[in-house]
Amino acid sequence: MQEKLSEIKKATLPAIEKAKTLAELDAIRVGVVGKSGSLTGLMKELGALSIEEKKTFGAAVNIVKNEIMASIEAKKETLEEAELNAKLQSESVDVTLPCRPQHIGRIHPITQAIEETLTIFAQMGFDLAEGPDIEDDWHNFEALNIPPEHPARQMQATFFFDNKNMLRTQTSGVQIRTMENKKPPIKIVCPGRTYRRDYDATHTPMFHQIEGLVIDEKTNLANLKSVLVEFFKLFFETDDVKVRFRPSYFPFTEPSYEMDLGGVMARNIGKEWIELLGCGVVDPRVLKNCGVDPEKYQGFAFGIGMDRLAMMKYGIKDLRPMFEADMKWIKHYGFLPLDVPTVTSGLSLNGGKKCD
Amino acid sequence: MRLSLTTLKKYLNTTASTEEIVDKLTMIGLEVEEVEDLSARLQGFIIGEIRTVEQHPNADRLHVLRVFDGKQDLQIVCGAPNVRVGLKSILALPGCLIPKFNEKLEVGKIRGVDSNGMLCAEDELLLGEDHTGIIELNTDLPAGTPAAEALNADVVLDLNVTPNRPDCLGVKGVARDLAATGIGTFIDSPVPEIKGTYESPIKVKIEDETCPIYTGRYIRGVKNGESPDWMKKALVAAGLRPISALVDITNYLNIAECRPLHVFDADKVVGNITVRPAKEGEKMMALDDKEYTLSPEVCVIADDKSAQSIAGIMGGVDTCVSKDTVNVFLESAYFVPAKIAKAGTLTGAMSDSRSRFERGVDPNSAIDDNARATQMILDLCGGEPSEIVVAGQTPDCTRVIDFNYNEVKRLTGMDVPEDEMKRILISLGFGVDGNKISVPSWRWHDVSLPADLVEEVVRIYGLDNLPDAPMRADTLPIGSLLPHQKREVSVRRAMAERGLNQAITWSFMDSKLAKYFDSKGVKLSNPIASDLDELRPSLVPNLLSAVKRNQDTGVQDVQLFEVGPEFYSDKCGEQRLVACAVRAGSYLPKAWNEQERSVDVFDAKQDAISALMAADAPENMVVYKNAPSWYHPGRSGSLQLGKNKLAVFGEIHPRILKAFDIKTPVVACEVYLDALPPMKQRANKMQKEFKKSQYQAVTRDFAFVMDKNVEAQKLLSSIQNVDKNLIQSVSVFDVYEGEHLPEGKKQIAVQVVIQSMEKTLTDAEIETLSQQILNYVAKNTGAELRK
Repeated sequence: MQEKLSEIKKATLPAIEKAKTLAELDAIRVGVVGKSGSLTGLMKELGALSIEEKKTFGAAVNIVKNEIMASIEAKKETLEEAELNAKLQSESVDVTLPCRPQHIGRIHPITQAIEETLTIFAQMGFDLAEGPDIEDDWHNFEALNIPPEHPARQMQATFFFDNKNMLRTQTSGVQIRTMENKKPPIKIVCPGRTYRRDYDATHTPMFHQIEGLVIDEKTNLANLKSVLVEFFKLFFETDDVKVRFRPSYFPFTEPSYEMDLGGVMARNIGKEWIELLGCGVVDPRVLKNCGVDPEKYQGFAFGIGMDRLAMMKYGIKDLRPMFEADMKWIKHYGFLPLDVPTVTSGLSLNGGKKCD
Repeated sequence: MRLSLTTLKKYLNTTASTEEIVDKLTMIGLEVEEVEDLSARLQGFIIGEIRTVEQHPNADRLHVLRVFDGKQDLQIVCGAPNVRVGLKSILALPGCLIPKFNEKLEVGKIRGVDSNGMLCAEDELLLGEDHTGIIELNTDLPAGTPAAEALNADVVLDLNVTPNRPDCLGVKGVARDLAATGIGTFIDSPVPEIKGTYESPIKVKIEDETCPIYTGRYIRGVKNGESPDWMKKALVAAGLRPISALVDITNYLNIAECRPLHVFDADKVVGNITVRPAKEGEKMMALDDKEYTLSPEVCVIADDKSAQSIAGIMGGVDTCVSKDTVNVFLESAYFVPAKIAKAGTLTGAMSDSRSRFERGVDPNSAIDDNARATQMILDLCGGEPSEIVVAGQTPDCTRVIDFNYNEVKRLTGMDVPEDEMKRILISLGFGVDGNKISVPSWRWHDVSLPADLVEEVVRIYGLDNLPDAPMRADTLPIGSLLPHQKREVSVRRAMAERGLNQAITWSFMDSKLAKYFDSKGVKLSNPIASDLDELRPSLVPNLLSAVKRNQDTGVQDVQLFEVGPEFYSDKCGEQRLVACAVRAGSYLPKAWNEQERSVDVFDAKQDAISALMAADAPENMVVYKNAPSWYHPGRSGSLQLGKNKLAVFGEIHPRILKAFDIKTPVVACEVYLDALPPMKQRANKMQKEFKKSQYQAVTRDFAFVMDKNVEAQKLLSSIQNVDKNLIQSVSVFDVYEGEHLPEGKKQIAVQVVIQSMEKTLTDAEIETLSQQILNYVAKNTGAELRK
């Protein structure tokens, strides 16, 4: 019997090893441990043996059986793995093919720059104010200390309507509207469309400004300087920012300044200084026009051209395509929808990656 | 304003370099926009002296010269008629860049004769326009001297003078400002004493408040030749053309001292002079060769016959001086800025006088400047002056400001010693008596408040001294965007997420196209172009134009949106904020794994809904078929809350597409953000509690057959309304019309999800609900279950 057992083992184990399919393997299993399997037959023969022999031989048979079953299990796993692999291989596709098409839109760089700007000023405690595109003479000129026939009116080529209203030439009218409606302290920024009758390589008849206004009992020109330095550092995301104030003239501020920007942004375009914005200490006449006591209250105002700022930050060379709604241009310079500016995480990624 | 350093140095004693002067000017508010250095242009040019002149062997009009360059004689071929032995001129050596041609001179052969240089005419060096011959230098300087030295080459600065500083439209004012910075000392021009020897035969009277004071003087026996070189140079540097001594003197004093003057040929003046309003329709031929038709708002200087000059703006042709003028009448007056500005706008006449008077000439200078001008005429043209004629009187232009020196610190945060403030004010011409600061007459127009004095002190003291004073928020802001502003931001991002690209287009458009969009005729009186003449009544047209432009450049499928104002009146605030999307062509590009289809109304509807959801609009909007006329009447609609129209959407009407010459289908939506109900306040953002059912959900499908004209919306809401607690959702999974259905019928298949919060529904309960649905739907829509 021992002999038979050895034979079964000797014949079965290599057969298992050689099995090529699960079916083949199963046939081997049935041939050994099935109802009429060789090992099953041997087990049946045990009954004829003595108790002692049963014990010894039974154990021996079990060892062989376990050995064979383990071998079958192992082989089964191998074969199943191979079979799955073969199946998966047969299912393979060309993953270099393009995906299903989708459109992902872009946010216009001017809007992105405005949102970035608002994010920064919001952090500094400024509120957002708004005003109408169509202004009357009082809010666009007169209250801003620009009476009729004032030469400053000639500085701003204005679009008029027949009723003497006009498209606002500056967002400064919002200063007036805010002060007329709210008592100091006032700390606002106001973005908006502005309009002048100019159309050439560096001027468009419509452009975007952000106006800033602070009115309280202590804010002065030195505060303005610090606010602007801080703003430009955050906006351009660099500490390499210098500003320079040059005396200038705006009827609604006294003293008035042009602010030049130095540092890396200027060097990028081969300059020491870039003329960037107008600002100053709010003229007491303007305060008075809005019913604010200039003896008690003071503050500053500034106006930034956002189109130009967006161009500088994002390396956009030409102004005019900004308003042409060219799909390729917007996809190139625009920002992905979820690229929402925050100060803590850096204002924006670099837009226009190809993703649709 | 163009300012030459030579002229500047007549009023400023300084050793400062050009660079220092330029820096100072910019930092005190007189921005230098350009520095034009004539000597740089003359680099390499020298004085050459003609030694011999011979006829060119092969050309009648050419000469062969030997020209001494200081070291040797050079053979040069020259075509100028004025060559002669001994003449000194400007010699360009090979390699010199000739300014007129912007090309380097090369050694060449002219008609077979070698030429080793060039003698230059004025125009070739861009020194003037003369090309009749080579420059004739009347100089003792030897040959070989740099031309810059021989021509006394000047540096010209182009200043951007702000409108509040008319005094700096004269070199004198600029010099005074510079002197205050300590860069030099100011040289005032003396007021000469003129002894009139007779009474002027021309008298003056004033009948117009434009002119508070008018001074005149008769000068007889003048000779109006050319003005001297220094004056011509000063004028050319300032961008003016020398004309004759008399005219040049007036122009010179204008640029040097901001003193507009006029000289009449006295022999052409009929009778006396009256300063009066022009008569309605009165005509005058002016010095710019234009005839002006005047009105009483324009002040004129008239003789007994007619207007001879538009006051403060431009003289007339009839009485202007000429070479033959012998007797002149000089005008030095003061005109009120606002009146001149008004007259300037009405007449449209531009002149250097106007730009000065309308900004404000020194009101106290008419008499003194009359003397200065007279002296200059006497010096350059001879003649014999009358006594001065004065009509009116110098306006009261004294002003004393009570100045608290702390204002500088209060408004700017800068510490400036009081002594320094006083020094600055005094050097700018202010009178300082303790806190009483008197304003000089030439700053009368500009300086009236303590803040103005602060500006003066600070700009001269220097902005480099401005300290830093960080301004942190006292408290952390509670969000600086108001809820509706936040809404706009979200809508933009949501639309971009829908695959739409943000455009920013003009607020104006072509009125010829606006008429298709329910135009309210909000027209500009002075549009910049005839196709940008009306404020847009809708955002759709500008985006359609953009679709067209994109398609013309080969981009057929266009997805654009804009969030911005549309206008319905020319009154302030009569505008509304709209989010508008357009899609043209195919919805998605042709691809191997996607069925291609054109954009359709449901794309536009989804754009509208997505925008509305991003704006936190309520969900219970109802669709109506009442979109504006620019949409396809059968494929468009609106989304409303009651009567409140929140959005419209649809395919664009083919008639509109034709007007824009667009060949592909286009869909659009317009979302009226201002029409949305107010957002929840910040402190009230709590949501309804989330409740999850523990019980099994069941789905039931129904296929309803109903009349074609019954709207799906009605079917869906009927089902929903059967039991709002049990019916979790209703969705449409098939719509069918055609074969196997009776004429005029359609079939809509819906799936209803039923789930209770309280228990597992029994088959009987579900069956009851299904029956209720069938009954309710039948009652409301006439729909029946498909048999």
